[in-house]
Amino acid sequence: MRNFKSLAFIASAATLLAACSSPTKVEETPVVEKSPAAAPVADTRDIRPVETGTVDPLNDPKGVLANRSIYFDYDSFVVRADGQPVVTNHAGYLTKNTSRKVLVQGNTDERGGTEYNLALGQKRAEAVRRSLASQGVSEGQIEAVSLGEEKPKATGSNEAAWAENRRADIVYQ
Amino acid sequence: MKKLHFLLFSVSLAMGTAANAQLQIEIAGVGSNQIPVAIAAFADESVAPDKVSAVIRADLERSGVFKVIDAGQVISDADAGQVNLNAFKASGANALVVGSVARQPDGRFAIRYKLLDTIKGGEISQLGGEVQPRYTRLQAHRIADDVYEKLTGIRGIFSTRIAYVKEDRAASRYTLAVADADGENEVVATQGKEPIISPAWSPDGSKVAYVSMENRKPVVYLQDLMTGRRNVISNQKGNNSAPAWAPDGRTLAVALSQDGNTEIYSVNASGSGHKRLTNNAAIDTEPQFSADGQTIYFTSDRSGGPQIYKMSASGGNATRVTFNGNYNISPRVSSDGKTLAWISQRGGAFSLYAMDLASGQELRLADGATEPSFSPNGKYIMYATKGGGRVSLAVVSVDGRVKQRLTTKAGNIREPSWGPFMK
Repeated sequence: MRNFKSLAFIASAATLLAACSSPTKVEETPVVEKSPAAAPVADTRDIRPVETGTVDPLNDPKGVLANRSIYFDYDSFVVRADGQPVVTNHAGYLTKNTSRKVLVQGNTDERGGTEYNLALGQKRAEAVRRSLASQGVSEGQIEAVSLGEEKPKATGSNEAAWAENRRADIVYQ
Repeated sequence: MKKLHFLLFSVSLAMGTAANAQLQIEIAGVGSNQIPVAIAAFADESVAPDKVSAVIRADLERSGVFKVIDAGQVISDADAGQVNLNAFKASGANALVVGSVARQPDGRFAIRYKLLDTIKGGEISQLGGEVQPRYTRLQAHRIADDVYEKLTGIRGIFSTRIAYVKEDRAASRYTLAVADADGENEVVATQGKEPIISPAWSPDGSKVAYVSMENRKPVVYLQDLMTGRRNVISNQKGNNSAPAWAPDGRTLAVALSQDGNTEIYSVNASGSGHKRLTNNAAIDTEPQFSADGQTIYFTSDRSGGPQIYKMSASGGNATRVTFNGNYNISPRVSSDGKTLAWISQRGGAFSLYAMDLASGQELRLADGATEPSFSPNGKYIMYATKGGGRVSLAVVSVDGRVKQRLTTKAGNIREPSWGPFMK
């Protein structure tokens, strides 16, 4: 029984942790209009001010920062030409917003061994980390990690799926 | 290589099993070199939740070492003196297993057995024990271990346990499970919504180290199985993975990327005292201690593709171990230190190989294999295998003659780790 309780605790702790993490999903928080509460207005000449707020470009689902994936060729650990603008855009944001931190998560396709793939995914994350650092992002803002073959974006055992999974994702913390 | 061809003509025995795992066994070259053993039904064995003689029979058959002969009758250990051993000798049996089950006043079961010599007459071995009802299967596995050891001279592994990961990616459900070596009696040790990989049993069988991605990155945890308590062994910047125990159970080797690329470190089981063992611009990962704790085998791509190397357990110069093929990963060393099992990609397929370390001679044991794990007696290797769009577990004997496959109803089971001998 005791075991069961601690299991339940672990499970719920894991749920909480998972709930805190939403990799690559763009938070869609549009302009916040704080409308007055529907309480009866006592004085018809009262005015309650509204604050519009601003859009963090990071949260603009149509902005360049919404693209957070960098793809790699088979057995390659070099940021391709199509990945350079993605890295540059995020480097620009991170150098302006030095309090923001990112995880760069490297991924591989499903072929091969679990742990060796984890190390290969790390090489992809590391390539992106170096590229961000070379564009002025401070080391303390970036952590390169790997999920190996464990979190494929595309399921399936074909080249299209594998290409989709040879990837590094920039995840804001 | 010749032995592998035999598998094509092998006999498949589907063992009827109750729970969620099902076992399929292929035995190559049936009859050759197998020890014929007759097994009698145990007296009153129907009082226990599991039929003891059936569990013993399934264990011995699965080993591939025995030709099991059904004695066709109930024989109690109490009547061992009156058994006509000549009749069993005439039926081809070298030995006879008899026994009994009795419910005790406190609810436990007394399970007794005797192993009789049908050739020379007399008793080879006997065991008695009183167990909780839920340990009926365990006691049957212990009896099978005793039969195996007395007739082959090698310690049996039927009462050992395995750990593995079940994953249902669609439902984001990842489970670290522990089961009997035959896949029965599955118990959940850890469950969560993020991947778990690389479980590794502590040498005393009380804990499992593993990698969990619950923090959006790989972190090495140590879990006490009985209390469910977890400690972080390594959560350095970057990746923390590939835990492997030193035989003394005091330190582990892990692969960390805090220096940019993946390097091997040693760390105390308490999580303190990280010490770097490799120093190289290439990937160094998948450390594995030799049984004497003196050597660490590991995977490195310092020569281009991944190859297996070895070094002193305290680090220093490495020696290359594998030379055939350009993708050799996942080294595992047998408990006697004589055999290396690993995964090699040759001609596209990932295959399980075994090498006699003294002679360097290689034997291909299975295709479509990853993540090998030796049984503690060094006679079997469990591995993950893909088939039918799913990953499942399989076991092959180190000589390649016996193959078994564990299948489950849904999802993937992978990342097997075979636990140690336990008291």
